[in-house]
Amino acid sequence: MTAVVRWTRATAAGMAEALERGETTSVELTRAALRMTEMVDGAVHAYLHVDAEGALAQAAASDARRAAGAPLHALDGVPIAVKDVLTTTGLPTTCGSKILEGWIPPYDATVVARLKAAGLPILGKTNMDEFAMGSSTEHSAYGPTRNPWDLERIPGGSGGGSAAAVASFQAPLALGTDTGGSIRQPGAVTGTVGVKPTYGGVSRYGLVAMANSLDQVGPVTRTVLDAALLHELIGGHDPRDSTSIDQPLPGLVAAARQGAAGDLTGLRVGVIRELQGEGYQAGVLARFQESLELLTKAGAEVVEVSCPSFVHALATYYLVMPCEASSNLAKFDAMRYGLRVLPEGVDSPSAEEVMRATRDAGFGDEVKRRIILGTYALSSGYYDAYYGTAQRVRTLISRDFEAAFGQVDVLVSPTAPTTAFKLGEKLDDPLAMYLNDLATIPANLAGVPGISLPSGLADEDGLPAGFQVLAPAMADDRLYRVGAALEAALEERWGGPLLDKAPALEGGSK
Amino acid sequence: MTSETLVPFEDVLAAYDPALGLEVHVELNTATKMFCGCPAVFGGEPNTQVCPTCLGLPGAMPVVNGKAVESAIRIGLALNCDIAEWCRFARKNYFYPDMPKNFQTSQYDEPIAFNGYMDVTLPDEGGDGETFRVEIERAHMEEDTGKSTHVGGSTGRIHGADYSLVDYNRAGIPLIEIVTRPILGAGEKAPAVARAYVSQLRDLIVALGVSEARMDQGNLRADVNLSLSPKGSGTLGTRTETKNVNSFRSVERAVRFEMQRHAAILDAGQAIFQETRHWHEDTGITTAGRPKSDADDYRYFPEPDLVPVAPSREWVEELRGTLPENPVLRRARLQESWGYTDLEMRDVVAAGVMGEIEQTVAAGASPQAARKWWLSELSRRANDAGVEITDLGVTPAQVAAVQALVDAGTVNDKLARQVFDGLLAGEGTPEEIVEKRGLAVVSDEGALSAAVDKAIAENPDVADKIRDGKVAAAGALIGAVMKEMRGQADAGRVRELVLEKLT
Repeated sequence: MTAVVRWTRATAAGMAEALERGETTSVELTRAALRMTEMVDGAVHAYLHVDAEGALAQAAASDARRAAGAPLHALDGVPIAVKDVLTTTGLPTTCGSKILEGWIPPYDATVVARLKAAGLPILGKTNMDEFAMGSSTEHSAYGPTRNPWDLERIPGGSGGGSAAAVASFQAPLALGTDTGGSIRQPGAVTGTVGVKPTYGGVSRYGLVAMANSLDQVGPVTRTVLDAALLHELIGGHDPRDSTSIDQPLPGLVAAARQGAAGDLTGLRVGVIRELQGEGYQAGVLARFQESLELLTKAGAEVVEVSCPSFVHALATYYLVMPCEASSNLAKFDAMRYGLRVLPEGVDSPSAEEVMRATRDAGFGDEVKRRIILGTYALSSGYYDAYYGTAQRVRTLISRDFEAAFGQVDVLVSPTAPTTAFKLGEKLDDPLAMYLNDLATIPANLAGVPGISLPSGLADEDGLPAGFQVLAPAMADDRLYRVGAALEAALEERWGGPLLDKAPALEGGSK
Repeated sequence: MTSETLVPFEDVLAAYDPALGLEVHVELNTATKMFCGCPAVFGGEPNTQVCPTCLGLPGAMPVVNGKAVESAIRIGLALNCDIAEWCRFARKNYFYPDMPKNFQTSQYDEPIAFNGYMDVTLPDEGGDGETFRVEIERAHMEEDTGKSTHVGGSTGRIHGADYSLVDYNRAGIPLIEIVTRPILGAGEKAPAVARAYVSQLRDLIVALGVSEARMDQGNLRADVNLSLSPKGSGTLGTRTETKNVNSFRSVERAVRFEMQRHAAILDAGQAIFQETRHWHEDTGITTAGRPKSDADDYRYFPEPDLVPVAPSREWVEELRGTLPENPVLRRARLQESWGYTDLEMRDVVAAGVMGEIEQTVAAGASPQAARKWWLSELSRRANDAGVEITDLGVTPAQVAAVQALVDAGTVNDKLARQVFDGLLAGEGTPEEIVEKRGLAVVSDEGALSAAVDKAIAENPDVADKIRDGKVAAAGALIGAVMKEMRGQADAGRVRELVLEKLT
């Protein structure tokens, strides 16, 4: 095994241990990751921007700290990729949009600052649907990311770049953001692990907002334990984010280690009746059933619960999200930063004309669609019927969760109704695209945490399917306990990680 | 008909009832901005007091300034308002280059304070002054915008400008907007009610210590809404909103002008166009601004980046305990402490300098000296300059410092007036002005004695009269000495020397 293969296929926890034991260096790990990117990212296009120089400098600094016996954190020296929706000092942050082309933020998002304070070299910024609007990463203004399992297929979205980077071994860890499933659905279709933490559990300061009341930053990894390690690092109260919860996180790494032992005796698991059946691919449901059997085998009690309001979740989401987004995106007006387009044929254009020309040229169709939807829904005379009703339904969805969590410890469903679809397949049918987030959206509306982990390959197409676990707010530890237990049982069945079954990429030997 | 056609004020009242509405923006004097840690300072090099949050950079988030909430609650309590148990911020969405996010974080249907009133005292030539109750609809928190400067063009407005500059130092400075209910029934007193309300609101804000409240600096900005309805009809007419009226006097003038202008339009059978109007301080008129419709759609919705503000009742009561005393009781207390006559006190109140005198006395001047400077010298100068006395730019501390120089014999009253000239010209502290302008009285006994001797020699007749016991004649010699010394002598000491030498 070459060093590149050896070190890129290691888990983050494995890398941390190897660093601790002196078996490798951060520079070696970072070089290996960058080398893998050179080999495969021409095909995958997970990154919008690779910062080889910066990452290697951070890696060298990490090695110096470790040599001096003063590492900053267990993950000090383990490289990471960051979704391009999080601000990074000195690195471009485009949000996948032309309107922010060339913008270099003067400040770090809190989560990025925490990565830096812990010594994780930042490899680069990953591709995404423009302003996180999409489920396929095809809405990136810089071209789509491709699924490492099948380059003709989508890697999910909006965080397809982060998921594909991790799935193609270009990074052991990545940060994603999840507004309606943008961490979990890409995780499902790329055979990786993605966690949307409790709303308020991870700072949003420096996350370029799509929908402030739904957005959450979370880990994108290959294993449940790695997600717990990263989640503990980025989570916790931030005074710069008023919606951040001022309470200590439950022990996530401990929960993952406990779960990996495989004993779920006494755990009550609720299968959400409304999130299965019609519209779900047979192979996805088959893998889901298998996972339920494994949970039962591990001692869990599996029952079915009903969350009747969930059938309205998608409609609710497509009112709340565009309303907030339409207002958030107003700031992109060419006055202070980003793209500036002068209208053609106008001698001395007014500020308003420049704003209009810039926004017309700088935003893609999906972004414009949501701005128009949100502007309409917030308009005088429509506000109560749309935004007001959506907020009331949101309350009902929260109540469904509360009632369900009165009966069970965690709720489960398939993460996405299908495996990865083909590039272009749903690009002209927004509603079909939106339906892919059916199962992930309720958690965002209620602010509860969720994890997606691989449940296996669907029989029809041999592509990964995802298993979603949801827990009550601030009980993120349950995701890790259940997730780690299921992961251990599945990997025992598969004889190793699911990603070992992924086809070799151009240049990326197995 | 042009908009300048006016109906005589008396004729307006014969045919119409005015309805007033005042919106006053108070810029708080908190150390930091409403939603970030930037210093909330006036002026400064453009775009230096800014950060990702107040610049509205992608990803930045707001955090509510607790001190601003405290100030808002205290203002609400002082205006006899109810304080919300739970309220939220909302986004007011509209595009403008001086607004970094293209929405203003404000409060919409859940203001922090609502349902209050203020009893304003109208100046009255003869008696104690009539009280008029102004009902307060709401006081809410919001952030200021940046400041645009439109360069080129003749109007200084955006239309016709060659280019515009934006300074975001002001963006995010905490504002409290205080909105009255329609003020009805003021009739001929409408202009005076408007002025007295804004003036007494300012006094209240100053007493609360929550703002510098300088109208000339834009810390306190008044928008004047006015409409007329046919006399006795009990309806409300179409209103105009005159923006940024920046002195008490102008508030009064703007109301009067708009009443006369509206009446002319209505008399001609035409309709008032609902719009914002610009006030012109120099010509005393308003001109058309932009159309304003009640249907302006700001697409308000609750700010999702902020959590609700829910002030505990304990805290509200604690803040109630910090309110300054009732203005009527305060006036009586100060009059007694200063020993002013009723007439003196009324002049002080009418001139709006009670607070200034209080601060001047606190800075060490005697009540009589403080009154002298504020009422005679400074109010004359304010009048000459056509500005409010409080906007003249002379502070109570400076007045006290000038009086201290008089008390020390460094300058006399005449020279002190020149010190005020220097203060208004921005020449430095009173001490520095005395130094730079060479204003100190001559205390060199030798020079003074020589001048007295010279005066005695040049006026033998007068000297003889004094020698004969007619001390009152000394004035002529003192005058001669003061002239010789070009005013820079202590007249009291001159008198002593004259009498010493001749009696």
